[in-house]
Amino acid sequence: MKKARDVVVKTKQIVKKHKADKSSLIAVLQDIQEAFNYLPKEALKTAAKALNLPFSRMYEAATFYTAFSLKPRGENIVKVCTGTACHVRGASALQDKFERTLCIKPGEMTPDGKFSLETVNCVGACALGPVVVINAEYHGQMTMNKVDKIIDKIKQGGAQ
Amino acid sequence: MKNIPDTQPQPIKDDLRLNYGPNKKFVTVCAGTGCRAYGSLKVKEALEAELKKQNMNVEVLATGCLGFCEKGPMVIVHPDKYFYQSVKVEDVPEIVSKTVGTGEVISRLLYRHPETKKTLFREEDLPFYKKQRRVVFGSNGMIDPTRIDDYLAIDGYQALAKVLSEMTPEGIISEVKKAGLRGRGGGGFPTAVKWEGVRKAQGFPKYVIANGDEGDPGAYMDRSLMEGNPHSIIEGMIIGAYAVDAHDGYIYVRNEYPLAVTHLTIAIEAAREEGLLGNNILGTGFSFDIHINKGAGAFVCGESSALFASIEGRAGEPRAKYVHAVEKGLWDKPTVLNNVETWANVPLIINKGADWYSSIGTEGSKGTKIFSLVGKIKNTGLIEVPMGTTLYEIIYDMGGGITNGRKFKAVQTGGPSGGCIPESLLDIPVDFDKLTEVGSMMGSGGMIVMDDRSCMVDVARYFLAFLKEESCGKCVPCREGIRRMSDILEDICAGKGKEEDIELLKTMCQAIADGSLCALGGSAPNPVLSTIKYFREEYEAHIKDHRCPAGVCKALITYSINADKCTGCGMCIKVCPTQATSGEKKKAHTIDNNKCTRCGACIESCKFDAITVE
Repeated sequence: MKKARDVVVKTKQIVKKHKADKSSLIAVLQDIQEAFNYLPKEALKTAAKALNLPFSRMYEAATFYTAFSLKPRGENIVKVCTGTACHVRGASALQDKFERTLCIKPGEMTPDGKFSLETVNCVGACALGPVVVINAEYHGQMTMNKVDKIIDKIKQGGAQ
Repeated sequence: MKNIPDTQPQPIKDDLRLNYGPNKKFVTVCAGTGCRAYGSLKVKEALEAELKKQNMNVEVLATGCLGFCEKGPMVIVHPDKYFYQSVKVEDVPEIVSKTVGTGEVISRLLYRHPETKKTLFREEDLPFYKKQRRVVFGSNGMIDPTRIDDYLAIDGYQALAKVLSEMTPEGIISEVKKAGLRGRGGGGFPTAVKWEGVRKAQGFPKYVIANGDEGDPGAYMDRSLMEGNPHSIIEGMIIGAYAVDAHDGYIYVRNEYPLAVTHLTIAIEAAREEGLLGNNILGTGFSFDIHINKGAGAFVCGESSALFASIEGRAGEPRAKYVHAVEKGLWDKPTVLNNVETWANVPLIINKGADWYSSIGTEGSKGTKIFSLVGKIKNTGLIEVPMGTTLYEIIYDMGGGITNGRKFKAVQTGGPSGGCIPESLLDIPVDFDKLTEVGSMMGSGGMIVMDDRSCMVDVARYFLAFLKEESCGKCVPCREGIRRMSDILEDICAGKGKEEDIELLKTMCQAIADGSLCALGGSAPNPVLSTIKYFREEYEAHIKDHRCPAGVCKALITYSINADKCTGCGMCIKVCPTQATSGEKKKAHTIDNNKCTRCGACIESCKFDAITVE
């Protein structure tokens, strides 16, 4: 994790890019998450001050929207699409398989910090279902059989 | 207020149209998200490299989604328009030397009719496309969405030039009204009525917004429009803004659609550079600009007042509907909010006229609608059909029927707010009113096809689990009621259902619909009510017989191995995570049901279809 002071400096830069009013809140949170991979508490505090908003408002938005995470996330983020089209083509079995392989539940990170597992309501690639998005790469027509291979490949090659 | 601008608009680049004459040689590669996942960008790169290598000066266009996602990546070679499907990088040298070079067709890459086995040369010959009417979506295949010149070359922004030079704002609204355009986002509210309301509303400034928060799981037509033809949405918005006298607009895009954000951003910047957005559009004195707001993963933000809250930087909680958005929308100012597909229809109406537009469709629903045809269907993809096309035509003629020769059971439309439609109703013409009549709804246009291996109780459970997560929590009947309904459905799927549960669910549905402010709660009962209405026997099988007829609900099924089919290959032993399968090589294996977790790994791995689920 980054040092608190770096977080503060970086957050201030992020806020500066946006209009310093409350309507920028979600865009600011998105940029913070992009910079740190999650929303560090220090960043939220700094941003609240800069946007002149109570800390509770930051917390409200950060917890309301599912895209935000208050916990650090892994180097590689595995998103299993659980949209309807993927569901009828076996997404839940696939999700179970990822849980078994990575030994974590959705919303958790592996102890070595390599992987996070998440579910997403629909990635809009329904024709390829079931779909898994790992980092920015779409894996269509996924099968349980492919899971181990893909995870091994990422482990060996470092982050994609 | 301004009427017709005093100055005539400056002409938009006219010479471009000549570049894409009917004889021009060029190659298009579908680069929608689906085809990209199949590797279409690599095919495009290979095409460019190969053309260079063979000294051919032919352009390769990475276009938006062509719809036939099942067969990606797709390559079309113009001017003959040969339609190649499932193209791999290895096919590229041959495409370049034969088809591009000498005009020779490569029949192995053509689509083969599944019944007649005849090879079909062009897109329009394919059964998937034949009955479609792609007036909105069809341009996707002709343009590189990152280049404004491509859009201008297909008469883009001509509608804008027309309204700015010839039409009054009232004239635009009456044209849209005459066309009969209704909102494509789900509700089907007449677009012109909204516009009229905002035009007459007192507050200032006024806003126009494009709703690209396509939250319905299983629907991705808005994504493909934003990615594939962003200028059509922008042009529609400028026309709308002119009609209601707005000067600021927003496009609210789902967080999960990064490519759409990129393409929209490029398109907005290009439009500004061409003088189509910003101050003094085309020199007419009318000013309007568009900003992009990214969602952050909340289904409820597709609802108008929740979407406003999200743009304003708050948690997306809806408010009561007696305050109308046309009077008090974004920042409590008059606001037009339309779905992106609705906006993309606007330039068409202006260009081709209301009479042309209203000649397509049914009595109450005019024009076409894009649907995403997904699930257990052979030809998955996006289709655009005239309103009033029957479900049967969509699923069998275009969709090609059910995969793996299984039996059709239901089609789910309208996302979590919609319902499941059984086989007996496949003859209904699809429009806003008919789908509502049968207990479902149009929604944004997702059609998820289910076969006899889809459990309807599980589908209801799935949607309630979805809605439980997505309820914003403001209204108690929605927040607590959906949670309780979800618990009951979990119990039924786990074999712990009680006979009175079905009636209890129906009562709760009524209470939740009555007691919720927004459409999320108001329509949450639809998946449950429609499955109870049409598939009650499945609920009863779960409750009374502790049986899941479709073989889905884990607690109610057992796996076994058919000794006649099993070859003893050992694959199921290898993949089983709980060591429940066992047996000797080349002898039929068995499954220990005490250890089996019904994870499905053995079924997936078995090449001989030897594992039965009961």
